[in-house]
Parts: sequence; structure tokens; C-alpha cells
Amino acid sequence: MTGSENLVEVRDLKVHFPIKRGVVFDKVVGHVKAVDGVDLSIPRGRTYGLVGESGCGKSTLGRALLQLTPPTGGEVRFDGVDLTRLSAGRLRSMRRRMQMIFQDPMSSLDPRQNVESILTEGLQAHGIGGSRDERRRIIGETLDAVGLPRWALSRYPHEFSGGQRQRIGIARALVLGPELIVADEPVSALDVSIQAQVVNLLDELQERLGLTYLVIAHDLAVVRHISDVVGVMYLGALVEEASGDQLYREPMHPYTRALMSAVPVPDPDVEDQRERILLSGDLPSPANPPSGCRFHTRCPWAQPTRCADERPVLRQIGGSKVACHFAERIASGELRPHRVTAEVVRPADEGDAPGVVSAPSEPGSYV
Amino acid sequence: MTITTGKKGEKIDRLAELAAVRDDERGVSLWQEAFRRLRRNPAAIVGAAVLAVFILVAIIGPFFVPYGPTDSIGIREGVVKSGQGLIPGPSGDHWLGYDHQGRDVFSRMIVGARQTLLVGVVSTLIGLAVGALIGGVAGAAAGLGGRWGRWIDTVLMRFVDMLLAMPSLLLAVSIAALLGASLTTVMIAVGVVSVPVFARLLRGSMIAQANSDYVLAATSLGVRRSRIALTHVVPNSLAPVIVQATLTLATAIIEAAALSFLGLGNPDSAVPEWGVMLADAQPYLGIRPALAIYPAVAIIITALGFTLLGEAMREALDPKLRK
Repeated sequence: MTGSENLVEVRDLKVHFPIKRGVVFDKVVGHVKAVDGVDLSIPRGRTYGLVGESGCGKSTLGRALLQLTPPTGGEVRFDGVDLTRLSAGRLRSMRRRMQMIFQDPMSSLDPRQNVESILTEGLQAHGIGGSRDERRRIIGETLDAVGLPRWALSRYPHEFSGGQRQRIGIARALVLGPELIVADEPVSALDVSIQAQVVNLLDELQERLGLTYLVIAHDLAVVRHISDVVGVMYLGALVEEASGDQLYREPMHPYTRALMSAVPVPDPDVEDQRERILLSGDLPSPANPPSGCRFHTRCPWAQPTRCADERPVLRQIGGSKVACHFAERIASGELRPHRVTAEVVRPADEGDAPGVVSAPSEPGSYV
Repeated sequence: MTITTGKKGEKIDRLAELAAVRDDERGVSLWQEAFRRLRRNPAAIVGAAVLAVFILVAIIGPFFVPYGPTDSIGIREGVVKSGQGLIPGPSGDHWLGYDHQGRDVFSRMIVGARQTLLVGVVSTLIGLAVGALIGGVAGAAAGLGGRWGRWIDTVLMRFVDMLLAMPSLLLAVSIAALLGASLTTVMIAVGVVSVPVFARLLRGSMIAQANSDYVLAATSLGVRRSRIALTHVVPNSLAPVIVQATLTLATAIIEAAALSFLGLGNPDSAVPEWGVMLADAQPYLGIRPALAIYPAVAIIITALGFTLLGEAMREALDPKLRK
């Protein structure tokens, strides 16, 4: 192990997808800014949890980090090497050290491959385990590590339960002996009773193998349980980053506050009395994000100055990093929340034309 | 006491079941499972039975025909005088009677089965081979090939669109007219007509597979693109193509018959073919309509057999219907 204590360093990462129009010749009429300027660092052997509502770009960030979706700009340093500048061949051999676990274990496993073939594929691609016996030994150890029986080898994905399929997916990632694993909603497709097993398995594997995780999820409880550091994403950018406990105890950014207030408390008295922050409106279109702070259109603390014109940077406040101009004054109680009227969310090029309006937003909807 | 034994028995049964699962070394692949479902489908059984009879007749039937298919035995014996409207029907010696040239219809039907099968299979194979090649290249290029891939895909698919824009029978007639009337021409013409269907089907199926999570997973494992295309994308895209091939066999037989009926088939009437027989029977519809009915019914039953089997295969291979 060489280099700094951070295994992954992401600087100003951008992923913009072109919106194309045209019958004969494609013309780019705009960009969907799925990820728009994200900085984050993941220390070796730790877990970074990424949360945010659907469509905020967290999955795209995970894929761009692994170069599965080519980034538009910025850099991704993995153990000191900038992945965005690597040639295709060098990148392919780097892939051995960083793996991915998918949300839906059924669709991420080829239905025509049995488990042995699924696990052998990666080994063959990297020429690991010269002999058949050597490969069998590696695969056997991996099966033991994820808690699958040996007879699973000759069976096909459709013959397993959801939890077991996810174990196969984890085994496929582990068999190459990676250092980094990006887990994209690893448990959200599973039954609640199975979720805990898989989360614990991930925890146990990290302890034993010293893995570094980027866990992407929308389930706040799962992220809190597994993460050392949690980043909150809104519309393609990080709005807050803090240790799990800090974030849950003392959310600083208005968006995080709203998210946290949506988590039910398992005490009926507290649950009835606690204050909930309801966000109005929908997530704005990432093709046409609001100016300044992206959250200002829905923020109950939005101020007439700065919020609409100046994009806040992620800055250190106490134990957290927050991207809000007024975080300190909100925390001290100086600024009070106010009512927000929902803005209609329009696609990029429809401008102010009153004719076409997208789905009506529900005022006061939960995040 | 009985309750205990009942429970005990249940427990033993369950353990035995678990043990059986462990002992059964091989898993069940998708193909095996599809075949099991196919066997349970009555439509598949009927279709397969019809086709088995048809193929058996086509292959060994011609060795056992009672009369030569070109032997004008009725005219030689003076029982057939088609000019005077005298074409005798079925009898003990001639089960389906004579045709207008005094030949034994039963013998001609059996020998014709071989020609019909040959035309159907060869033309479908032509369509499948060319279509799968175009569709496979376009699909791989569009799904995994980046900017250049999309360009290759566009060129290939516009070519296919041009073929598709022409009415199929018109296209077949033009090809037959261009190459001259022969059996080979019929096969090529019918094959070319089915090229666009196979090409579009395989391409669409491959693009869908190329965007699937397991292809992404293979990419993140570091597997090469060419290998991903060959080991993941193509095998998973084949099921609808195989189903389509079975269904195309049915339409190919009908289209070949139609071309023969239009006089673009084999000019040598010495080789009987159901479509030609249908055409030949046309002037005598008023006298002996059965001459047209025999080949027509044979074509319908054969096409139905292929269609039944094809539809059953579609159901068996559909992953959404898997239990």
C-alpha cells in the first residue's frame, strides 16, 4: 500500500449527457447535467455513503467514478492514478482493483451463465489463476467468504433467492481481490429481512479484507449503519458531507434537514411532536438547473440575497462540510424557515411558454 | 402418536428433498428449462407431430411412391382425357386420383413434400444467415461500438429499411424476374424477403442486451468488448431470432408456393412442387377442384405446424413467463 491515506480522490467531476434533436443530423440542443462539479475523497478501508433522492445523479457519480460512464470533466484519482487519462488497455487492467455491486441482482447476472462461469469470467479477463485448480481454489474461497455453498457453482441465477443472488453479485466483485467496491443501492431490491444480512456481510468483508466502499443508497438507515462519512447529493452536486453520526445528529444544510426530518422516530410521542420540514415542488430539471444555489427554489430558508445568484461552495463548518451561504445563521436559529410556493418545473427549452407544463407538483410533498 | 409420525414423516421428507437438491449436481440452464416447458405445451406437441410427419414423408417418402411422379399413366391407359373434362377421382389404385396429365396425384404430393421442405428450409436459412450477419454487426456496432459504431449501424439499417420498404411479394417477383425462373431463384427471392425481419430483430435484441446491467457488470470486470459481444450479447439475443426462424419457415413455404403459382418457380414440371401443382390445377377448378384442394390443404397444415411450434417456442423462451 503506497500513496496517501485516500484511496479515491474525485476533483470537480462532471458528467453531462447531450440532449439530441433532429431527424437526419443530430443537433445538440442542451445537456443534462447529471453530475456537475463533485469533489470527494474516500479514505482507505473506509465507507463513503452517498444519499439523495432519485434523479440527483448519485448512480451516475458511482459509474463515472469507475469510468463506466465517461466523465465530461474533472479527474478521478485512484491510488494516485488519474483514471480519466488512462488508455483503454491500462484502464481495463486497473478494473481488477475496483469493482461494482449492482442494485438488481437478477438483471446484473447473465441468465445463461452458471455461477462458476460468472466467477471465472473476471479471473480469465485478467489472467488470474493460471491452472484450473488454482482458479477453483480462488472461487471456492470467495464462495465461503460470501456464504454460498459449493453446489451453487453449477447452478444458474434464476435458481436462487434474491438475497443469494446478491451474494453471487458480491462474490463476482470479490473474486478479483479489489480494493474499492462501489455498491449502487446494494440492498434496496431485497426484502427487509434479507437487507440486514447483506449489509452485515458487506461490513464483515470490509473488516476482513480491508475494502474501501462507496455505498450509494436512498435508504438513510442503511447508509448510517454502514458509512463512516456520508455525502448528501442534490441535483448533481454535494450539499453536505459529514460523519454519519454528525450528519444525523446535527444536519446543517436545509436540504439535509428536510431529509432527516422525513426519517420516522421509533417513539410515538416524539414522532407526534417533532417538527417536520416539508419540501414543496419537484426536483428541478438537471437540464436546466436553477441559478446560484440549486436548492434555493425549494429552500424554506432561502434569502433574497446571494442564494439565487451565487453558487455556494462546500466549506468546513464545525465537523461538517456544507454548501450553504447561511448555514451558520440557520444553525444558530437566527434565520427562520418560511413558506415556499412550488415552482413549476419545466424542461430546458420550453422557456416561459405557458402552453406546456409538466406534471403538476404537489405542494407540501414529503422528500 | 399419529400426529408425531406425520410430523416426523414431513420432516424426513423435507430433509430428503434438501439432500436431493444437493445431490443433483447440475443446475438447470435456461435452454433446458425452456425445453421442459415446451414439452408440457399441447400446441407444441401437435406442431412437432405435424412437422415430424411432414419431414419424414419429405425425406423417405419419395423412395416408396407407388408411381413415378412424371409418369402420365392415366393418358397411356386412356382413362384421362382432360380436353374432354375426363379426370377420374380417387380409386383403389390411385388414392388421390389423376391430374390433368394423367399422373398419380398421391405420388406427386409426396415427392412435392421434399421440394417444399427444401425451399422452405433453404430460403429461411438464406434469410437467417444474411439477416443475422447484418443485424449482428449493426447491433454490436450500435450497442458497444461508440461513434463509429453508430455510423456503421446507420448505414446498414438504412439498407435494410430499403428492403423493407418494398412489398415482399413484389420484391420476390423482381428478384425472380431478374435471375430467371428456377428453384434457386425462388429460394433466393423468398430468403431476401425475410432478411430485414431477421436483421432488425437481432439488432434490436442486441441493443437491448448491450444496455443491460450484466453487460455493465462484465465491463466493470474488465472483460473485452468483443468477448462481451460474443459471450453475453449474442447468446442472449438469439431466442427471438430462433422463434422467428420457425415462424418464417411457414411463410417461406407459402411465399414459395405463391411464386410457383405465378409461374416464377421451377419451369421443369417434371419436379413436382405443391405451389406448381396448385397453379396447374387452376384451369380444372370447375371439373376437379380436389386437384387444387390437396396441395392447398398440405401447405396450410405444414405452415400451421411450423406456426404452432414457433408460437409455443416463443412462450417457452419468454423470460417473463418463467415461474
